[in-house]
Order: sequence, then C-alpha cells, then structure tokens
Amino acid sequence: MPDTTRHAREVAVVAFAQSDHRRRTDELSEVEMVMPVLHQVLAQTGLKAGEIGFTCSGSSDYLAGRAFSFTMTLDGVGAWPPISESHVEMDGAWALYEAWVKIQTGEADTALVYSYGKSSPGSVRDVLTRQLDPYYVAPLWPDSVALAALQAQALIDSGETDEAALAEIGARNRASASSNPYAQLSGAVPQGDYQVAPLRTGDCPPIGDGAAAVILAAGDVARRLCERPAWITGIDHRIEAHSLGLRDLTDSPSTRIAAEHAGVFEGPVDTAELHAPFSSQEVVLRKALGLDGSVSVNPSGGALAANPVMAAGLIRIGEAAARIHRGESDRAVAHATSGPCLQQNLVAVLEGDRA
Amino acid sequence: MTAASPPEILRAPLVVEFPFTRSLGPVQSAFLTGLREGVVLGVTTADGKVMVPPVEYDPVTAEEIRDLVEVGATGTVTTWAWNGSPRRSQPLGTPFAWVLVRLDGADTAMLHALDVPGPDAVHTGMRVRVRWAAERTGAITDIACFEPAQPGDGDGAAQAAPHDGEFADAVTGIVAEARLDYTYSPGRAQTAYIAGLSEQKTIGERCPSCHKVYVPPRGACPTCGVATTDRVEVGPAGTVTTYCIVNIKAKNLDIEVPYVYAHIALDGAGLALHGRIGGIPYDQVRMGLRVEPVWTDGGRYPDHYRPTGEPDADYDVYKELI
Ligand SMILES: [Zn+2]
Repeated sequence: MPDTTRHAREVAVVAFAQSDHRRRTDELSEVEMVMPVLHQVLAQTGLKAGEIGFTCSGSSDYLAGRAFSFTMTLDGVGAWPPISESHVEMDGAWALYEAWVKIQTGEADTALVYSYGKSSPGSVRDVLTRQLDPYYVAPLWPDSVALAALQAQALIDSGETDEAALAEIGARNRASASSNPYAQLSGAVPQGDYQVAPLRTGDCPPIGDGAAAVILAAGDVARRLCERPAWITGIDHRIEAHSLGLRDLTDSPSTRIAAEHAGVFEGPVDTAELHAPFSSQEVVLRKALGLDGSVSVNPSGGALAANPVMAAGLIRIGEAAARIHRGESDRAVAHATSGPCLQQNLVAVLEGDRA
Repeated sequence: MTAASPPEILRAPLVVEFPFTRSLGPVQSAFLTGLREGVVLGVTTADGKVMVPPVEYDPVTAEEIRDLVEVGATGTVTTWAWNGSPRRSQPLGTPFAWVLVRLDGADTAMLHALDVPGPDAVHTGMRVRVRWAAERTGAITDIACFEPAQPGDGDGAAQAAPHDGEFADAVTGIVAEARLDYTYSPGRAQTAYIAGLSEQKTIGERCPSCHKVYVPPRGACPTCGVATTDRVEVGPAGTVTTYCIVNIKAKNLDIEVPYVYAHIALDGAGLALHGRIGGIPYDQVRMGLRVEPVWTDGGRYPDHYRPTGEPDADYDVYKELI
C-alpha cells in the first residue's frame, strides 16, 4: 500500500483524457475543443457532470486575446443547475492543486479538473512576455525562447550539457512520443536552425492548441471509480524570485524543495513526467529531482512533443497517473512549470496499490 | 432545418492594445529617474549584497530594502543568447545578443541587449558598458543596449557607493505599452451564426438533449454540457421579454436618448437576445410587445427591432424566457 497518511484524506487521479494536439484548430472555439475531452474523462468513470463535487479549470486570457474567456468553456461542463466551480489563470496543474485542497477540506469527494490553451490565434512567444516584470523586463520584449536560451547557455558554460546532448534530449522525447497518439510531433524531427542560439528548433516545444482533463476522487470513491487509482501521496509547489538576474539559472531549488515536501526522495520512482518545454530544462529538472538512468523520463514525449500552453503541466500529471492505471508504473513523479526559466514548479508523487 | 455542410470558417485580425499606467515606489522611482540622469542605482540588502536592478524587498528575508547605492555603467556578461531574428519592439532591429550583465559593484545581473556584429563577438565573462539612449524619459529603455567595453572603461568603478536617490523632477510612474496581434476565429457554431446574418437570417442551434434552441449559438448547451449541432432558423419576429430605458448618450453612438434596450425572444428561440427597440415612443415599449428586425443597407446585424403591429404576446408564452 502506498503511504497516503501524510494528508487528511486519500486522493487519487482516477481518469485522464486529452485532445489531439495540433498546430491550429481554427474550426473549433475553445468550448468546442474542450468539450470532447470532458466527455471522455467523465465516460471513463461513468460519472455525470452533475455528480462532480468541484470543478476547477486553468487557462489564460492572454492566449485567447479576450477577457474572462474561461466562462465560455464552462458551457461544456453543464454549469446549470449551478455547480461549485473555480478557475486559475495558470496551467491546469495548479487547478488540480486547488481541487486537491478542496477535497482535503472534506467539501468535495470528487473533482473535475480541466485546462486548455489555443496558441494559434496569437504569437505565443510575444504573448508570454506579458507575464514578465513590467518595469525592468517586459518593455524589452524578451520572448520565451530567448529567456530559455540564456538558461541553456548558462548550463553549457557550467559544463553540465552541450548542444549535442541537448539535441539528444529532443530526439529521445520525440522518439518516445511515437507511441503517444495525441502528440503533435513524434519520431525523427530535424534539429533545425537556431531559434535563439544555443537553442535550435528541436530544443524548443511545438506551438499548438490542446486541452486535457482529469478526475480526482477521495478514498473509497476512487476505488469504486478506478481499478487501480493513482494516489497522490504528496504534492507541493514553490516559486523563485521574479528577476532572472537574482537566480542561478543552472539549478531549480524550487523544484527540489517542492519534491522534498511531496516526498519524492522517500522512495524510488520508476517514471517521471517532466514539464520541460525546452531540452535544456530537462537537464535542470533531472538534477533537482535526482533522477538517474533507472527512471523512465517522459515516456509520453513530454512538452517537446506537445506543449499546449496551460494544459501541458496538467498533462504530465495525467500521463503519470495513466501509467499507474495501466500497471506500467508503481511510483511516479509528475512536474509542472510556469513562468520564465522554470520560475514556478509543482511536484506530485503518484502511487498505485501494490499487488 | 439542418445545414448540410458548415460554411468556411471565418477568420479576422484582432489587435489588443493596452497602455497600463503604473506607479513606482521610492526604489523603482529612484532607479528609473537615475537612468534618465545617466546614473545606475541599486539597493544594498541587510547582508551587504548589492542588487541591480533594485528590488524593494529582500528575496531571501522579505525585509524592506531602501538603501540605494550607485554602481558602474560597465559590467560583465554572466550568460547570453544570440538573437538572429529580432522581433517587434525588442531593443535592436539588427541581430543582437540577449545578455545578463552584472554591473561593476553589483552582486546580481540585469537583462538587456548587447550590440555586437555576431555570436563570435560575445562570450560569458565579456566586459561591456551601457549605451545610453539619445532621449531619456525614465524607463528601462533609457539604456538603449550594452556594447563592448573599451580599454579604460570601468577603471575604479568596482565599488558601489552610497547614493541618496534624490533627483529633481523624479519619475513617479511609467506607461507600459503593449500590443498583441491575434487572428481570431470564432469556431464552427459562431461562424454559422455570423454567416447566417450576412443573409439577414438568424441561425440558432438546438441541444440534442434538452431541445432548447440557443441564439447566438456558442456550440454547447450550458445545461447539458453537450454539443449543439442542429442548426435552426429562428424569428424573424420575436417578443420583448424585458427592457430598460437608456438616458445617457454613449460616446460615438449616434442614437437620440432616451431609447429602449430590450431582451427579445425570437420565435423558436430558447432564450432571449438583446437589441434596441425603435419605431415606437420609448414610453410605449412594454413586455410582450411583438417586434421584428430592421436591417440597414449592408448591415451585418439588425440595426434595431420595431413593432410588427401584432397583438401583444400572452405572458404565459414567454415567461420562461425572461
Ligand atoms: Zn441541453
């Protein structure tokens, strides 16, 4: 039995669904993109929307270019009669954290968590500059690839990686994605030209649209809904200083502290789903989480194979849970990130009942 | 009616611009005013670390910090990245290096651009100096960029020196301009609705579960949480379910006040949409009034609704739609 005693209630991921991630989805409004995913995740448990105790979503108005855009996707949930609902303007992994807290309080036994992002209407590299410090940094418009490239160069200067090793990370993730029917990129993909050196196209995530959803359940409800629930035995998230110049970009102390609090180091893990949109960030996360060659890292292909902004972190938790559901993992670590150069990090430990 | 094939998906440019006005606290005000005057300021934390650009609270202890110091306009590159294709609004229009620079006397680094001819001309540890903008206003862009330091630059500037942060006519705020460009596509359901309007038809969509007809359709029934796929033409006439009298003239709106804005349940629709009522004195509009759309030449949607002359609808017919 996994140790679920550290928290008041046992909570598990009991279902996970995601969309086919694609470069463009012009024919679909946000709700049209999200709704099939919601139907799939509910169908896995047999629950009706009205039977869910709490619903929480993650998305960003800056991607949609429209205020309160998440209210439109609520139509896909069936929010009448009124439901208990919340939203985070963040990756769905943080929506999952809020839902997990809600279940810990005893106010709900089940939760539907979903998130989505359509990057195709805008320029996501420019859009993400708007999350930066508005006084000293945002007026310079440093895009997300540029900031990741500064981190990559710092890692190369410190001797922790080189361009060939980074290319191997991208290739390995996309090869793994060959068995993931939802991935946007899979198989052999050319490493390509420099986007912002030292990062080449192959070191950067594909830009695309997509959605994901999970269902959480507590205790015996989870056992009833799922043959092998993925128990969340620990979950924590930490943030680092906003200013890049205050941080050691070659390390991720926030990931390490979150992992300690989630209990990652209290036993071996067999699977890690890391939200590393850039190949160089996998180097940082492997070090912070102490992952060695025995751990299967990103068997789904990770964010280098599909990176729907606001959903890619939730997908890491969902992919890790799905491996436990299928009996392919006993103890997995899932990670989500937000902000430039791994500024914010969430770490969860997921465990299955042992035979 | 059920349309056989969906119309071609609509797309249109959408520009979002916002000039946020932000006020500065004492530390950021001193820093940005200093840039205007050609002086780079930082702050000293309780344990003696010098932070440039300055922060207002110690990132480790969260203590307020106000002790300003002046640092050099020369420094050392701590990491860099080569930007071969500058994007709109970035500091330089020609290829440049993004750099984190630790200025002389500082313990932390700041982000900016470095103007060098190519990636071979930049390396970590390189000595650089500030290139000031020709016109300075009190903004981070008062540093136009960094450029390679020349022999003699920065000699004797290695120490941070106390500074009172006092300047004449201090900058107390900035306007953070932002522009983002999108290509908006409304998706399948709303495309069909907008395409219908171009033929002066109002197209709703029926929920296959509860059979309610949504107009305008958004593609999903919010009650049942399922896709609405059956297209249904509603109206053209409808019933006023509720209304208000507008007495304040809106900017750029050429309509005489007072006028009436109403919820109108088009015949066959499962909920009301809203529109202006014309062709009748404002104080004679009432619940139950039967109205029909009035289209202007080339109009993309009904300009307003006017009375049809039919008898008023019975309250029981529309009470569920209020
Ligand atoms: Zn319905």
